[in-house]
Order: sequence, then C-alpha cells, then structure tokens
Amino acid sequence: MLKSTALNQNHKNHGAKMVPFAGYEMPIQYKAGIIEEHKTVRSTCGIFDVSHMGQVMFEGAEAAKFLSRITPSDFTALEPLTSKYTVMTNEHGGIVDDLIITKLTAEKFFVVINAGCAEKDIEWMKSKMPSSVKFTHLNTRALLAVQGVDAEKILQTLVAANLSQLGYMKITETTTKAGDAIFITRSGYTGEDGFEISIENSKAPEFFEKLIAAGAKPTGLGCRDSLRLEMGYPLYGHDIDDHTIPVEAGLSWVMSKDNSNFIGAEKVLAQKAAGATRKRIGMVINEKIVAREGAEIYKNGNKVGVITSGGFSPTLNLPIAMGYVTKEFGGEGEELKILVRGKEYSATVKKFPLVQPRTKK
Amino acid sequence: MTNIKYTKEHETIRAEGDIITIGITDFAKDALGDLVFIQLPEKGAKYKQGQDFAVVESVKIASEIYTPIAGEIVEVNTALNDNVDLLKEPMDNGGWIAKIKVDNAAELSNLLTESQYQDYLKSIA
Repeated sequence: MLKSTALNQNHKNHGAKMVPFAGYEMPIQYKAGIIEEHKTVRSTCGIFDVSHMGQVMFEGAEAAKFLSRITPSDFTALEPLTSKYTVMTNEHGGIVDDLIITKLTAEKFFVVINAGCAEKDIEWMKSKMPSSVKFTHLNTRALLAVQGVDAEKILQTLVAANLSQLGYMKITETTTKAGDAIFITRSGYTGEDGFEISIENSKAPEFFEKLIAAGAKPTGLGCRDSLRLEMGYPLYGHDIDDHTIPVEAGLSWVMSKDNSNFIGAEKVLAQKAAGATRKRIGMVINEKIVAREGAEIYKNGNKVGVITSGGFSPTLNLPIAMGYVTKEFGGEGEELKILVRGKEYSATVKKFPLVQPRTKK
Repeated sequence: MTNIKYTKEHETIRAEGDIITIGITDFAKDALGDLVFIQLPEKGAKYKQGQDFAVVESVKIASEIYTPIAGEIVEVNTALNDNVDLLKEPMDNGGWIAKIKVDNAAELSNLLTESQYQDYLKSIA
C-alpha cells in the first residue's frame, strides 16, 4: 500500500505521471516531461514536492554533541540558523545516509533525511541518542523545494520574511502571507538558487497552488535526478551506501578537523590519512548512448570502475554519468571506455559540477 | 492492401505485401516519456523473430524493439538520428524505425489485431 503526501491530489490535478518511490506515490513528471521540466528549473523556477523525505527535530543540551557523534561534523561550533550537509557514519565508517542538519538554536536542530532510508535513519539515530535528547518526528509536515533563478522573486510574494536577507544554507522561521507558520532554508538539490519550505500538511496544498499561480512550474522527481547529476550531488543508495567511506566519495569536506570522536572515526580517519583506494568521478559520454548505473568502466582493456548514476543532461545536451574508478585513474580529461549492452563507448572524465551552479553566495 | 497489426511489445506494424514498417504504439509513446537517442539497425541485417533490432533510449530507461516477424532490414529511418522525437509522430509522418522484408508473410496472422491489442492493454493496466 503506497503512502501519499499531502499534495497527492494536486499532482494528479496538474497531470502528473505518478510512480512508486520510497513507499510513496510521487510525481515523476507532469505534462511538460522530464527534459522540459529540467530546463524550466535551469531557466525560471520549478516547484518539487519532497514531502516524502523525513523531517525530524532534536532538542536538548546534549543534542549538538549527539549530532557530532553520529556525523563527522561539528554542530557545537556551528552558528545558529545555519544548515550543514553531512553524512551519518556507522562503525565501519560507511555512510548510513547523507542529510542536512540545521541548527535553529544551541539546543534545537532540524534534520532532513532521505525518503528511502527515513525509517532506517530514525531507528539508527534513536539507538544512538542519549535519553536527555528529545526526538520529534515532524510527520505532519510537508516539504516543498522551489528552485531556479526566479525562486526568490516568486516565493517572496507569498511569505513574510525578507528573503533577500536569507543567505545560502541559512534558515528562517517565518509565516506565509496568510499567517501559517513555516521554516524556509535557502538550499536545494539542483545547483540553482532556491528554497526548501517546511509547512504543515493541512496548509501545503493551498501554498503549493499559490506558488504555481505565482509562476513556479510543477516539476517532478525525474528532473530532480538529472539536475543533481549535472551538479555531481550523490544519491544515497546509488552513489553512496553503507559501504562507502566518506573520503572515497569525495565527501571529506563535510568532516570537521575538530571531530575525531564520531562513530566509525577510526576507519574514516585512517582512509583520510592513507588516501582512498578509489574515487568518485564525473564523466561525459562521447557517443549517442546513455550509460546507466552498473555499466562497467574500462581503461586499456582492464576494468577500472563502475558507473553508479547515469543519464542525459538537457543543459549540455549530452549523456553524463557519475561513478567510481581506482585511484590511479579518473584524472581530468582522461578517456575511459564504458561497456553498454556488450559494446564499448568512449567517455571523458570531467570534474563536477558539469554545469555552472547558481546557488547564492 | 495495407494491414495494421500490433505486438505485446507495443510495436505497430503496417504490412504492405511482404514489407512491414515498424513503429511503436501510442501506449509506448506515452510510457517512454522524453526520448533521448535511438540505436538503429543496419540495412541488410537479418533478424529472427523476437530478436531486438533497435534500442530506444528515453530519459529513464533503454527499451529494446523486437523483431515481430523474421526478415531482412530493407530500409532504416535515419532521420531519427538527428531527431529522435520524430518517432512520436504518426507512422505516415516519420513515426517509424525500419522496414523489414519478411521471410514468411503468412506469419502476419500471428500478430495482434487492434482490438486484441486493446484487450491486452486492459489486461496489463
């Protein structure tokens, strides 16, 4: 039995093609189609329903220390009203999930986790949480992502806070112009300037329709994937999983120099010191073929890696991919061969982001 | 006399004597979503019934196109190499992949009629 977000009927009213995703019935695209929707986000503004993602709150004097134990980041030092992208690691140094943790105050943290592992994450976090920390599952809230160069202009017409004052990876607690309480983070998964808005389920449908009336086009999960791929953002369960150690995924930047006490630190810090044996790379395919997850990567007749995410870039009008290769390979501009349906095709390594990001500085 | 038939693999076949023109059904056009590339067969290549002779690449997935009746490729719609979206058009307007000269025209009767295909669609809905 598939779950529905608060916007299920809205999607259907807008002509969405609904598909099962992480246990929810979600819009993969609307009438415009994935490519058109992708281009809309890169040129004006799209709105995504990401309510299937988990929203949780941690409160208490020990919350910051707890979050600095389950992630390699430092939440004690983080400025209030700031969001941080990070990963939770297990005892083997593997990634449990990637997530965004926002410090509202020294004792209050708002966390967004992937839909596909929300249950796993909550069980993990609760099992590691000291009893003094209060956990709340914000399961009566929807989450909307408004992304694109016109996102600020459009969202500003409907909210009280002055969005021009909201910096990248910052949060504000405000209201809609109708008076409904919301929080807005200036963040996203597209590489464009944009916002994620957390709003009560009961208020979400009206707000969604108002955003569309104000100029945001409904955009589905299909283009969400191609947008993040152009940026090189990993997708949990595909590009990173519980065997991936942060350094090899190119995520050591989320680690704080002051944190050597997190779960799995021994393994992670050892990899950091020795260097990873493989690395995550981006590539452009040089022929008219889409190389997808699982396609093997070859160099000089030897298998050197595998593609973990692949697709078509509407911005570049080329097939692109993300994958891992052993550390000796994957230098910028290197030519590799990708095996698709038994034949080899040429690809060139290109550093991410493959498209210029326009997230607010 | 032209004859339109269908397959469970969502292909549309227009038969004229022993030459069949192959396209995809409206159901497939809708299901595939945005098309990205197509891998076309070579003229002169011979295929057995059920063998894939082309691949349509859409944003989310690569879909093989299967040979409905054994034969030889006699014509290929190379216009699709520059404009894969043409495949979504009606057959008369560029919406075809290749033409096959079939080994045995009698096998056409094995393909589905329009109403059999519609019944099939209802059964998989």
